[in-house]
Amino acid sequence: MADPSASHTVLEADALARAWRRVANEIAEAHTDGGVVILVGIQRGGVALAQQLSETLGGIYGQAVAVGSVEPGLHRDDLSQRAMAELRPTELPGDLADKVIVLIDDVLSTGRTVRASIDAVMSFGRPQCIRLAVLIDRGHRELPIRPDFVGKNLPTHPDEHVEVRTNDSGAPIAVTLKTQ
Amino acid sequence: MSWHRKHLLDIESLTAEELTTVLDTAREFKAVGERDIKKVPALQGKTVVNFFVEPSTRTRVSFELSAKRLSADIINFSTDASSFQKGESLKDTARTLEALNADIIIIRHKAAGAPHFLARFLKAHVVNAGDGAHEHPTQALLDVFTIREKKGDIAGLNVTILGDILFSRVARSNLWALRKLGANVTLCGPSTLVPRVFEQMGCRVTYDLDDALANADVINLLRIQHERQRKTMFPSIDEYARLFGLNRARLAKAKPDALIMHPGPMNRGVEIESELADGDQAVILEQVTNGIAVRMAVLYLVNGGKDAEMNA
Repeated sequence: MADPSASHTVLEADALARAWRRVANEIAEAHTDGGVVILVGIQRGGVALAQQLSETLGGIYGQAVAVGSVEPGLHRDDLSQRAMAELRPTELPGDLADKVIVLIDDVLSTGRTVRASIDAVMSFGRPQCIRLAVLIDRGHRELPIRPDFVGKNLPTHPDEHVEVRTNDSGAPIAVTLKTQ
Repeated sequence: MSWHRKHLLDIESLTAEELTTVLDTAREFKAVGERDIKKVPALQGKTVVNFFVEPSTRTRVSFELSAKRLSADIINFSTDASSFQKGESLKDTARTLEALNADIIIIRHKAAGAPHFLARFLKAHVVNAGDGAHEHPTQALLDVFTIREKKGDIAGLNVTILGDILFSRVARSNLWALRKLGANVTLCGPSTLVPRVFEQMGCRVTYDLDDALANADVINLLRIQHERQRKTMFPSIDEYARLFGLNRARLAKAKPDALIMHPGPMNRGVEIESELADGDQAVILEQVTNGIAVRMAVLYLVNGGKDAEMNA
């Protein structure tokens, strides 16, 4: 490693596409009725991924899969400690009763964003269940939260920054690691 | 995203980027108010004080509901200005409020600069809810929020502010906000209430109502403040209504989709013909709804803001 501060790619488009397609298949296998599934992207890294996943899943189910987004910002437990972040829209389609919400995020770490997202979704209604699908699980959990569907487990050092790059249609094309 | 301020004291010192950040943030809070559960935990555990040293119902209630929708605890501390000896005692009262461990103090005071004065020595965040004839920042923010929501963009719009400009903090704050966001502003009213000196703030001043309304995208009517006026400002309310009251014939001079705004409470038959106040072009009640979203955004943003110079 010549330059430890430089970012380097740890996962490339092909591997990511395979992993994300497997996640779609696992979701379809666990929830056979596509009509009740709502894929909810966590702002902002999960939104494009949710959109792209809905297309893959739509093909598997043979019907369109509902998509939404959730902004965890107002439900965070560290509002007074971190820099103010821009609030983005929470858009959940229709009534959540009897629906299967699959939260989608690009990178799972402490679990605090997921906790805040669960609370945000709950303030809209009472879904039948909430699942969690992530492209990358980098570890370092601080809450008892476990993903139901994982693209790749990526052991990291706490100082490293994981970034997922997506193309225009939301497909993941690269995962990079950078030491901060 | 551009907000680092610990307080909201005025519009004059804000940048266009900061104004836009408040408006964008308010848009998300408006969505919260439209839900079945209208509450988010963003200010959970925080204490907010409505410190009103001048009578107000609307603004106080709007701030109160905003704080509650953010899950903060809010207390109302209203007092008659006459019981104050100003200066020291305003400071002492504010310190007392701070001793209650208030995190945010919302102040309305008849003295211009009172919020700035408090911000200099309080550890709490200070939000100006109207100081004398100086500024009323959250009113201006909710006005531009409403305009932006209806018209898409503020830049290039022709906005006419009509009425008592001299005594109006709403006019001053609106002027700053609209100019910073690129609107063309025209002020109109009796010459005693619309001094030419306002032209220095980059707006047009006219005493001819038809001229003021020509081509207007937005007409913001300000209340004639009987309580602030000496009788010498204009001969009679009837004359004011005849010369400067908005009616259907005069409205025809403005663009056909012009918005009619009023910060309330309105004097029907004086600033505005009753029929227009209830008409399709009036957005007066939407201003009230938007006021909550904007005040939620302000409380949320100042709570997260850390002004280096103020912390020192």
